[in-house]
Amino acid sequence: MDMHRAKIVKNVSVTIAAWLIALLIFFPIFWMVLTSLKTELNAFSTPPSLFFVPTLENYLVVFERSDYLKFFWNSVVISFGSSILGMLIAVPGAYAMAFYPTERTKGLLLWMLSTKMLPPVGVLVPIYLLFRDTNLLDSKIGLIIIFTLINLPIIVWMVYTYFREVPKDILEAVRMDGAHVWGEIRHVLLPISLGGLSSTFLLSLILSWNEAFWSLNLTTSSAAPLTALIASYSSPEGLFWAKLSAASTLAVAPILIFGWISQKQLVRGLTFGAVK
Amino acid sequence: MQITKAPSVRLATLACAVSLSTAALAETVTIGTVNNGDMIRMQALSSAFEEAHPDIDLEWVILEENVLRQRLTTDIAANSGQFDVMTIGMYETPIWGDNGWLEPMDNLPASYDVDDIFPSVRGGLSNDGTLYALPFYAESSMTYYRKDLFEDAGLDMPTEPTWDQMREFAVALHDPANEQYGICLRGKAGWGENMALVTTMVNAFGGSWFDMDWNAQLDGEAWHEAINFYVDILGNYGPPGASSNGFNENLALFNTGKCAMWIDATVAGSFVTDESQSQVADQVGFAAAPMQETSKGSGWLWAWALAIPVSSDAKDAAQEFVTWATSKEYSELVAQEYGIAAIPPGTRNSTYENQEYLDTAEFASMTLSQMQKADPNDQTLNDSPYTGVQFVAIPGFSGFGTVVGQQVSGALSGNVSVDQALRNANQVVNREMRRAGYQD
Repeated sequence: MDMHRAKIVKNVSVTIAAWLIALLIFFPIFWMVLTSLKTELNAFSTPPSLFFVPTLENYLVVFERSDYLKFFWNSVVISFGSSILGMLIAVPGAYAMAFYPTERTKGLLLWMLSTKMLPPVGVLVPIYLLFRDTNLLDSKIGLIIIFTLINLPIIVWMVYTYFREVPKDILEAVRMDGAHVWGEIRHVLLPISLGGLSSTFLLSLILSWNEAFWSLNLTTSSAAPLTALIASYSSPEGLFWAKLSAASTLAVAPILIFGWISQKQLVRGLTFGAVK
Repeated sequence: MQITKAPSVRLATLACAVSLSTAALAETVTIGTVNNGDMIRMQALSSAFEEAHPDIDLEWVILEENVLRQRLTTDIAANSGQFDVMTIGMYETPIWGDNGWLEPMDNLPASYDVDDIFPSVRGGLSNDGTLYALPFYAESSMTYYRKDLFEDAGLDMPTEPTWDQMREFAVALHDPANEQYGICLRGKAGWGENMALVTTMVNAFGGSWFDMDWNAQLDGEAWHEAINFYVDILGNYGPPGASSNGFNENLALFNTGKCAMWIDATVAGSFVTDESQSQVADQVGFAAAPMQETSKGSGWLWAWALAIPVSSDAKDAAQEFVTWATSKEYSELVAQEYGIAAIPPGTRNSTYENQEYLDTAEFASMTLSQMQKADPNDQTLNDSPYTGVQFVAIPGFSGFGTVVGQQVSGALSGNVSVDQALRNANQVVNREMRRAGYQD
């Protein structure tokens, strides 16, 4: 009986703690959405008002002043493009490293990851010059290449980890049945690790969607994604916090909704290794 | 297969030809700018420009101020030609002009009436007598105060107050229990943030950044007096957390009735008197930026200006736009569409000769007298070797100005003593000046 009660108490407290953490993490987004529905005067009132007459005026202004669909479309093309390209490169790479490791594989993996340890601004000038000379400034292709390169180490690491979970015996059995490498990957490996692969894809998508440093520095107008739309609503001299919040809400909404729909895959993939 | 493909191929070729021909007809001018109220109006009114110039397409790139500055610097330094018109300030213009990065503005049409622009603003946007950018709007600084609070307390704000008087008023009107603070000032670290105000204070206290041999003066008497005064008045009679407040934060505090006094850019005059964003719109009084030992350099001078980089591939079209956006006709257009008080302030004499403007915009006459007083070349009590009222127009200033700003901000929040902060600051500035070859 006591044990039963202890279990209930434990469950309840874990649930409360989980809710608290979730609310804490979600609070900035909640506040942003709330601010986007206020008037500018209301947005900076102190103490902040929780109860007010909501208005959609800020959203109307953002749609009127900015070509939202252009920014949105650029974000879609760039983040899907770089995620697909990244997966195409990462899957064969991780396959080789997971199933045919050499003594240098570990070092190679670590070396790939080490490129993430450099602050991006350190390579801004050389990359900017390369982009200028190859006419890639302000082009979607340029950003797809950059985002792929940025996310590749993480994608390879994740895919490598999922592939390592796959028992080698299964692949060997398939090979005994006469399957070629491609058939082995396509018919056995990919279906088995689909959860992990889709969560990797999703993570890469989210990282690309939210990337601001490179997209602000390498685009001007035609390839500018949603992060540039947000930046365009910050003002050095003027109070436009409600409009800034509306632009930010519009920028994160698509990926938030997409993430919501595919959260099952994401959670399954991210906890795949831990559960085993 | 052939039959079905042919028309679509032909159509595609036609579409290509059409888009090529329109591309050849219309020249695209890419404008990099910030999201300030006046720029938002410019963007909205630019359709009038495009209608009058069907051969020019305008493309807007609006960025956060620091990102914009970084983008423009990279773009110019790498000569990549991403922008045809750039919004820059009075700090960058003479430096970039000197580097040969900007097109000189010497072929202006007579109708533009360049002599109508305030001489101080023209001077600040020139290098060796050559104008490198046209001012879109310009600002000095002034004191905003609450007439109702002053009246209730039986106080009288002079037209040209001293810092000592400001302190007396701040002490009398400080009522933190009711969220009413004596004075609001910039505290956020940055060369263009707290250092803009602090430098004007140092000027008023009789100091300067450098002596004539480029030796840093930050450890001198004037700086000590000014910074001790600043830390005392803002720390004791200012809002809580003042060390993270910039222009927008203070504007929000003032507009919600939390500040009895506020010293900042003259451009705020139209914001604090605008009923749609200010709860105290009809209670705002205006006075000069405070003086102390001297009134020289006590109010700053800044302009948001439009410049054309040499890397632009549409220079003529860019100049068409730049002269339009800074012209008298543009001001008239703004007055028609948004009301006369919305005219970009601080650039042209003719704006302030317009009686209707002076009558409607209560802040206009104080803005005018502050703009006329500010002189970027005669801004310190003793002679100094540099140009710029609230900044030093040399390339390294944005770097060491921000470091000094962090020290001052640290002194304000009590993390470091004023003495220590100024000693550190002086060392940093001297080291940077030696490195840059200004000192032997």
